[in-house]
Amino acid sequence: MAHAEGHQEHPLSIYFWIWGLLFMLSGFSYAVDYFHLEGMLRWSLILTFMFLKAGFIVAVFMHMAWERLALIYAILVPPLCLTVFISLMAVEGDYTFLTRLVAFGPAAEIIAPHH
Amino acid sequence: MTHEALAANPASEILAGNRGVVADISGDKQAFHVPWGKAMMWIFLLSDTFIFSCFLLGYMTVRISTTVPWPNPSEVFALSFGGEPIPLILIAIMTFVLITSSGTMALAVNFGYRRNKKATVLLMLATALLGATFVSMQAFEWTKLIMDEGVRPWGNPMGAAQFGAAFFMITGFHGMHVSAGVIYLSVVAWRVGTGFYDRKKGGNYETVEIAGLYWHFVDLVWVFIFAFFYLW
Repeated sequence: MAHAEGHQEHPLSIYFWIWGLLFMLSGFSYAVDYFHLEGMLRWSLILTFMFLKAGFIVAVFMHMAWERLALIYAILVPPLCLTVFISLMAVEGDYTFLTRLVAFGPAAEIIAPHH
Repeated sequence: MTHEALAANPASEILAGNRGVVADISGDKQAFHVPWGKAMMWIFLLSDTFIFSCFLLGYMTVRISTTVPWPNPSEVFALSFGGEPIPLILIAIMTFVLITSSGTMALAVNFGYRRNKKATVLLMLATALLGATFVSMQAFEWTKLIMDEGVRPWGNPMGAAQFGAAFFMITGFHGMHVSAGVIYLSVVAWRVGTGFYDRKKGGNYETVEIAGLYWHFVDLVWVFIFAFFYLW
């Protein structure tokens, strides 16, 4: 993080390494679907491969690893707000789902027979 | 300034006021020690992150709340080459095409900083070509889904009606970004090739890196779409 004055000359090999890793991780993600892995194993693998790929792209291909800390914070901290948004919408989505089950599901006739 | 003078030249008064606002906000100094174009591209990409996140969040919400089974993407996007249908194969190929284009773009940026004009132009054109390939495959995928599977934004024969709306919105917006990127990269490659940056910017190729940031972002978004929409 010491240098970040516009000139970023890294050996080519690092790009080929990351390129290969991205190919490999994409292959793994595809394999998760191809071999029909299910449940927690499926989600944890998909999310792990996803975050690794995203991290490599941002850190190396987009040169974020060599930027100044001020820029890194300015770009990477705001998206953390999204975790709050995601939790809110997950709760809301669950609520809507349950409401629909009660109102339109098999139990609806028992609870409110006139509908 | 007197009232008469203000009335005589209100434009310069407003201009001076605005300069003061800019000076106050920026503390009259540069906040990020990078070329301004690069800082602005990063901030644009940050705003784009929120747009794509809102789409994916909307998709998450309708998918959680629907009581009708969600169509299985693994089967919907399967493709048969004569024999058994292979699940998600077209999407897998599209993913590899986009990653390859990201690799060629990273190399183009590197050669740009080495002032290797020919390699930069060729790698950028290769990136644009791979991007165009990606969009063509997406056009094929959309055609297949609309014509053969009968998927519409308001419904489909396979399950939850929200599937089409989420799919067309998310992949459509991403495809639009790829298409814009292809044009953007072609313009920058053309300018590198014709020596525009040598003449106007004293041989500074940072525009190549800024264009690269945009292109890698498009690849980054696809990583999330691939995981959340196709694999979920």
